Amino acid sequence: MNVELDKLILTIVTFTPALGALALLFFNRQNARAIRGFTFAVAVLTFILSLHLIAHFDSSRSGFQFLVDVPWISSAGIHYHMGIDGISVYLILLATILTPLAVLASWSISDRAKEYFIFMLVLETGMIGVFAALDLFLFYLFWEVMLIPMYFLIGVWGGERRIYAAMKFVLFTMIGGVLMLVAILALYFMHGNATGQFTFSYPVILAALADKMFLITPQQELLLFLAFFLAFAVKVPLFPFHTWLPDAHVEAPTAGSVLLAGVLLKMGTYGLIRFSLPLFPNVSHLLAPIISLLAIVGIIYGALVAMVQPDMKKLVAYSSVSHLGFIVLGIFSFTAEGIEGAVYQMLSHGVSTGALFLLVGMIYERRHTRMISEFGGIANRMPVYAAAFLFVTLSSIGLPGLNGFVGEFLVLLGTFGASPVHAGFAATGVILSAVYMLWMFQRVIWGEVTNSHNESLVDINGRERLTLLPLMILIVWMGVYSNHFLRPMDTSVANLLSRVQSSQSNDVRRVERIPQ
Amino acid sequence: MNIPQVDLYAILPVVVLCVFGIAIMVVEPFLSSKTRAGSSALGWLAFAGTLVAGAAIVPMHRHAGQSYSGLWIVDDYSTFFHVLFVLIAGMTTLLSIDYLRRENMNHGEYYALLLFATAGMLVMAGSNELMMIFIGLEILSIGTYVMAGFRRTDLKSNESALKYFLLGSFASAFFLYGVALIFGAAGSTNLISIAAAMSRPGMQPGLVYLSAALLLIALCFKVAVAPFHIWAPDVYEGAPTPITGFMSVGPKAAGFAVMFRIFITAYPMIQDRWSEIMGVLAALTMILGNVIAVAQPNLKRMLAYSSIAHAGYITVAFAANSQQGGSAALFYTLAYAVMNLGAFAIVTLLGREKDEKVKLTDYAGLASKRPGLAALLSLFLLSLAGVPFTAGFAGKFFIFRSAVESNHTGLAIIGVLTTVVSFYYYLYVIVQMYMREPGEDFSDARVTPAIAVALLIAAAGTVYLGILPDKLLEWTTASALHLLN
Repeated sequence: MNVELDKLILTIVTFTPALGALALLFFNRQNARAIRGFTFAVAVLTFILSLHLIAHFDSSRSGFQFLVDVPWISSAGIHYHMGIDGISVYLILLATILTPLAVLASWSISDRAKEYFIFMLVLETGMIGVFAALDLFLFYLFWEVMLIPMYFLIGVWGGERRIYAAMKFVLFTMIGGVLMLVAILALYFMHGNATGQFTFSYPVILAALADKMFLITPQQELLLFLAFFLAFAVKVPLFPFHTWLPDAHVEAPTAGSVLLAGVLLKMGTYGLIRFSLPLFPNVSHLLAPIISLLAIVGIIYGALVAMVQPDMKKLVAYSSVSHLGFIVLGIFSFTAEGIEGAVYQMLSHGVSTGALFLLVGMIYERRHTRMISEFGGIANRMPVYAAAFLFVTLSSIGLPGLNGFVGEFLVLLGTFGASPVHAGFAATGVILSAVYMLWMFQRVIWGEVTNSHNESLVDINGRERLTLLPLMILIVWMGVYSNHFLRPMDTSVANLLSRVQSSQSNDVRRVERIPQ
Repeated sequence: MNIPQVDLYAILPVVVLCVFGIAIMVVEPFLSSKTRAGSSALGWLAFAGTLVAGAAIVPMHRHAGQSYSGLWIVDDYSTFFHVLFVLIAGMTTLLSIDYLRRENMNHGEYYALLLFATAGMLVMAGSNELMMIFIGLEILSIGTYVMAGFRRTDLKSNESALKYFLLGSFASAFFLYGVALIFGAAGSTNLISIAAAMSRPGMQPGLVYLSAALLLIALCFKVAVAPFHIWAPDVYEGAPTPITGFMSVGPKAAGFAVMFRIFITAYPMIQDRWSEIMGVLAALTMILGNVIAVAQPNLKRMLAYSSIAHAGYITVAFAANSQQGGSAALFYTLAYAVMNLGAFAIVTLLGREKDEKVKLTDYAGLASKRPGLAALLSLFLLSLAGVPFTAGFAGKFFIFRSAVESNHTGLAIIGVLTTVVSFYYYLYVIVQMYMREPGEDFSDARVTPAIAVALLIAAAGTVYLGILPDKLLEWTTASALHLLN
């Protein structure tokens, strides 16, 4: 194993897209072909580079790997500090695999293609950076800077109400995010004043907290937790902070929706796992019932609202609210199964929902409408499309053998251990998801062609098949060989749980672990 | 008789600016304004003046210490502001060269006044004595009054100058009353002597507080901190665009520079009160500036309110009343100057004849016609809003850090929340540029070398300070430390 490369690889993976974006500045803006070809090449290259991370990831080691720690703004104690564990490595891979597919899905973008693809690549750097950053300041930087490319992608290349949606997206996420900055600063000074070392390094602060080198009063912990939680809850989005999501999804271009649902929402749940739980274990336990309740409300509410949507994209958007509720529920079950299931569900939702948005985008490109009532009998005209649609639908509703099942099952298992009632209510979400997804599928794909506009539809072409294929492979792979993905997480999740529970040892409400 | 030693080096940048200002007026009659070269020669001469003044800061800095019987002081703090003011003057000159030609008001006085006003700012930064500060303030103000009304045939410009002059005179009077009272109490106008007199027994606290309040009001007026900000939007809107840019960064920074020096050096006994008062003013300013900016349909006016809001952020750093706070404030004045002048460069460029195209809707579709200009303006606006990896973010971060450090967490929270409000109006300009159909052709807005250089400096500065703020931060920390000791 090459030690030098291991130190650099995270930086290389993170900034390859940004360098690509920089290079794009010098392209002739008329030459859309070259621009998108180059973007695709950069995205694929990033994906290949990111494979190094998983290939050389040592799943037996706890703690962060591929560490890089260089002083950056040294007078403020800010370091360029990156590293990944068994949880973030997959999220980075999710980002690097979805980006080239999103580029492929944007092949027909011709209006200001140069800016479009620059924003796309900048967005990728931001996404990877969020998952790799270990310095709280750096994390916040990536967290905020990502808003801008997404804002442009929605606002410029989106649908009719794109400006409203883009603005709402930015303002909602900002309001959540800025308080986190104050909380980060407060944590920085609490740690610095107690230990004399002013640093934003997450591992350092965490270790100091665990060793009780500095104490946070319960009240302070509550405030800090809430400041972080608000940022993450808006991003997830947890009910009732979800209202920006349907707008953003419906108005965003296909690629924007794919990345938004696939990766950006995961930043919220990732933040909960990475920061909220380990940094504030006591308050996390204390508020777990309320948060679980919100998650369950989100699961059922999202599913019910999805059921009555006339617009396919909006339906998928609300289904995301429901699915993300599962993830939050799993996280706050404080069991190994629940958290592993949550992480698994994060990946799985990224793949399935990404594929669903791609599919909706393909039909939208042909018909320029997404209304379910406009379709019917698509299977007669687009058989390959119909097959792919069925496949992804089944994965999304959690058919055993496909990816969705594993995550949902683990989450329910973990939740059941913590609270059978919660699990019972959450399980209705699984049933409801089958209802709305299959009902949509039935109305769009089956039956006779009733709308004459659909007579001339042509089936998906080679590029579109190429876009879907990797995701479909992943759907099966994750469904059948779930251990390939779960085992490397074990150490990281166990590590996390030990931290969350050790500080909780004198808590009466201690969560029982289910024997494995 | 004992003639005090004349230390020319200590005031070299001021001398250079004045010499160039006079030279411009002398040279003007000999230049033909008919030809292109002739009409921009004065501008380039003024720019050369700022370059030479910038170079003159180096020998000045080597002569650290007090001179002229304690009237003048050269320290890290004054050096920092010398650099900042010369930079602002240089960039304003670059913005003005084509603007003056376009508006047919290519008169040498303009550049001369600009250089004199800058000299006034340098005097403010380097003075160690209240009367000298007042003289600097007046040199600056009188220059700015005239420049604000420089579009003589334009009613708005006249209104701008008159308003600024009347209200500015009031502020100057407040300042003088404050000086008179403290002179009565302390028997001196030298900042260090005042501080020494404060600790003497028999000092009347009433006079001290009253003089401090009067000085504070006068300076708050100059930097447009709420509730003394009412004049700013009208004055900024009517003034010629490059001068609006200049006023929003130069006099503001100069006001803050002397405010900090006066209250830290001369009024050590009211430090605690001062922190409280500044906290209230900061909160008020951030809220008012940002909220009212949302409703502005005119870009110049919007930037005027936003400049009030930014004064609020700087005030937060003063409220922190610590080395980190001082450092953050200095950092922010420079970061704000760079990004705001960048924004004004583009507003100047796109203003077209008679500064008419300054409504937000005039920017509709700019991105599809002039993608480069739209991208640059976006960069500056995003930096003003405080997006990571820009100078604005680094500046705000340091300010809020100093606030949290000194237990002003509430102020930091108000600060970050009003920042979210500011995102709305800055992004709204981007909405116009990128997400609306072009209403007109922007082909007549020509990027000339002068504007290009200004844009380059602004863009490079915005990005550089955003990614590598460490060097500047070290410098500002050292400067602030110097003052606090």
